[in-house]
Amino acid sequence: MTRMSGSQALVESLKREKVKEIFGIPGGQILPLYDVIYDCGIRHILAHHEQCAAHMADGYARAKGSPGVCFATSGPGATNLVTGIATAYMDSSPVIAFTGQVSRVMIGKDAFQEADIVGITTPITKYNVQIQQASEIPVSVKMAFHIASTGRPGPVLVDLPRDVQIESDQMDFAASYDLRGYKPNIEPHPIQVKRAVEFLLQAERPIMLVGGGAIISNASQEVLRLAEFMLMPIGTTLMGKGIIPETHPLSIGMVGMHGKAEANKLIPESDVLLAVGMRFSDRTTCRLDQFCPDAKIIHIDVDSAEIGKNAKVDLPIVADARKTLTQILEQIVQKMAKREKSTWFDRVHTLKTQFQNNKSNGQGIKPYEIADELRRILSSNAIVTTEVGQNQMWAAQHYDALEPRTYITSGGLGTMGFGFPAALGAKVAKPDVPVVDIAGDGSFIMTEQDLATSFLEKIPVIVVILNNSMLGMVAQWQRFFYNRRYSASELKNVPDFVKLAEAYHVNGVRVGSVGEFSKALREALKSDVTTVIDVPISPDENVLPMVPAGMGLKDMMIVGE
Amino acid sequence: MTEEQTYIIGTLVEHKPGVLFEVANMFRRRGFNIESISVGVTEQKDLARMTITVNGDERTIEQVVKQLNKLINVIKVSILDPNTTVTREMALIKIHVADTKARSDIIQYVDIFRSHIIDISSDSVIVEITGDSEKIDAFLDLAMPLGIKEVARTGITALSRGGKAIKE
Repeated sequence: MTRMSGSQALVESLKREKVKEIFGIPGGQILPLYDVIYDCGIRHILAHHEQCAAHMADGYARAKGSPGVCFATSGPGATNLVTGIATAYMDSSPVIAFTGQVSRVMIGKDAFQEADIVGITTPITKYNVQIQQASEIPVSVKMAFHIASTGRPGPVLVDLPRDVQIESDQMDFAASYDLRGYKPNIEPHPIQVKRAVEFLLQAERPIMLVGGGAIISNASQEVLRLAEFMLMPIGTTLMGKGIIPETHPLSIGMVGMHGKAEANKLIPESDVLLAVGMRFSDRTTCRLDQFCPDAKIIHIDVDSAEIGKNAKVDLPIVADARKTLTQILEQIVQKMAKREKSTWFDRVHTLKTQFQNNKSNGQGIKPYEIADELRRILSSNAIVTTEVGQNQMWAAQHYDALEPRTYITSGGLGTMGFGFPAALGAKVAKPDVPVVDIAGDGSFIMTEQDLATSFLEKIPVIVVILNNSMLGMVAQWQRFFYNRRYSASELKNVPDFVKLAEAYHVNGVRVGSVGEFSKALREALKSDVTTVIDVPISPDENVLPMVPAGMGLKDMMIVGE
Repeated sequence: MTEEQTYIIGTLVEHKPGVLFEVANMFRRRGFNIESISVGVTEQKDLARMTITVNGDERTIEQVVKQLNKLINVIKVSILDPNTTVTREMALIKIHVADTKARSDIIQYVDIFRSHIIDISSDSVIVEITGDSEKIDAFLDLAMPLGIKEVARTGITALSRGGKAIKE
């Protein structure tokens, strides 16, 4: 037992959790904590908007695979975190937020900068708690880290009243806790594994559909081994990108509303769908009854509530993806020889060939050319983040992710403004790896002020703006479904991103051709400050394929049709 | 789609502030409807028991149970089988007493329903009635013509028959 203040106990607890970096912004009700942060040895990165602090912690967590920590003051500081926390919640990312709160006696009095952040974040956190006494801090921090990073990960918020930060008490860092309501199931049930093996052995047209859960579970090797052994094509959700190299012959790419044509053709033809760490979201399945109507579905997920939530499944396995696939493969290997060829694989190959050149034929620099150049120039471990909208879907369709945790995007919530701060967070997590935010102009505008963070904290990333001067995805829908009435979707070339970059003392460059882009990218990779590359593209460029709302995968619109 | 019916869910939760909010909030957020909820501390003072009744089909109820289980402060969830479960609800009913005829009617009803009069004044009585919800509904129907001033119902609480118990 050691006597210290709540703030000191919190910092000591963070050190014990091996926290090296914190993203945050100080304010009145978190000043006692920031006074300890001042010379505590943990690096504090000053964000320029709390939303960005949360996205940075999120990008950090996704790149590194361990929790990211953010701080904000009470009231507006805390509420500014909300978008970032909701983003992390939807994509199962272990973000841990610590918020200042007004002193205990002031709670409920509508004090200055008081907000009920525990109430506000209850539906968007895995767990949240307001600390009532300083002595609770060591155990509460341990619990926060444990809950955030185990089972299905997710954000946790710890609210710290100002006087609790100041209060001095005996602190017990060895104290244990009993989470009797939280016991994630990791081990697969042997009978379910056996049945999954039977399903797969009988399958003629099996497909593995892999989501973000498989990346969280570090199941890359297991996914690939099983698929290669059975010659089973692998599709991914947006969140599953990077689980295997997308250049692999068995990779059919992303499935869904803007999925690859071959993937969207193949899924409805499957007779067994092995769904791993994915949740049958509407953007992946489109019209659910036409998704894989003839397939038996095996659904592996560590979160039992995902089983049967959206799709009816034939065989649920509530367990860790990696452990489950390991056991399935062990049994498959004993029951069949490695498959060297199959008519199903021929079909996969035929479709992949058929659609490989199904790309935009519009004017000027095409988004896929930028994606191709990025892939050609960037190392396989380079991290790409994206904003949300057309840029995100072009990146998903055309940029081949090669390794897990190298494609970071706001999949569930679809948060515009996520990509840039997430890139900063990822760069802090992996300082030796190039980090590129594939951005749109509309999204980048939402968090551009954190160019200041990038400059001041010396976090060099590359922002590639696919600049169509539109809220592009909105405009695309207006083009297709609203008779080209561009209601509130034109951005009219404001701001000048080169000048904007200069204002923040970082590099800004505008390119007029793919060749100029390559040159700018190579320069940017050498620079020790952030580079914003403005790539003007045609405002008429569409994201295709596209499955119109309410339709099945087979009804997708593709280029040239 | 299977048929909708009423399910009774027995739930053990951490007995601490905010847990009722968490549970109620989950129902609201996921679009499930709570018919009734009753909460009280259990034989262990750090545990509370919620008895929640919900209308829905089998698939909805399965999701309700899973989503409840997902909450960190929820320790144990179990669907109580109506055939082997004792359910009770209590209501306090304030009834207008217009004249002596009305008063004697009420006394008769209270007798038949094996309930009690727990307060009496010149123009009203308060009846305490315990039973399953149908019994309380029936009493209310009967008392309606006399003039009901106020009703306070607890919502259903329930335990399964026999030795089995919901334990952590």
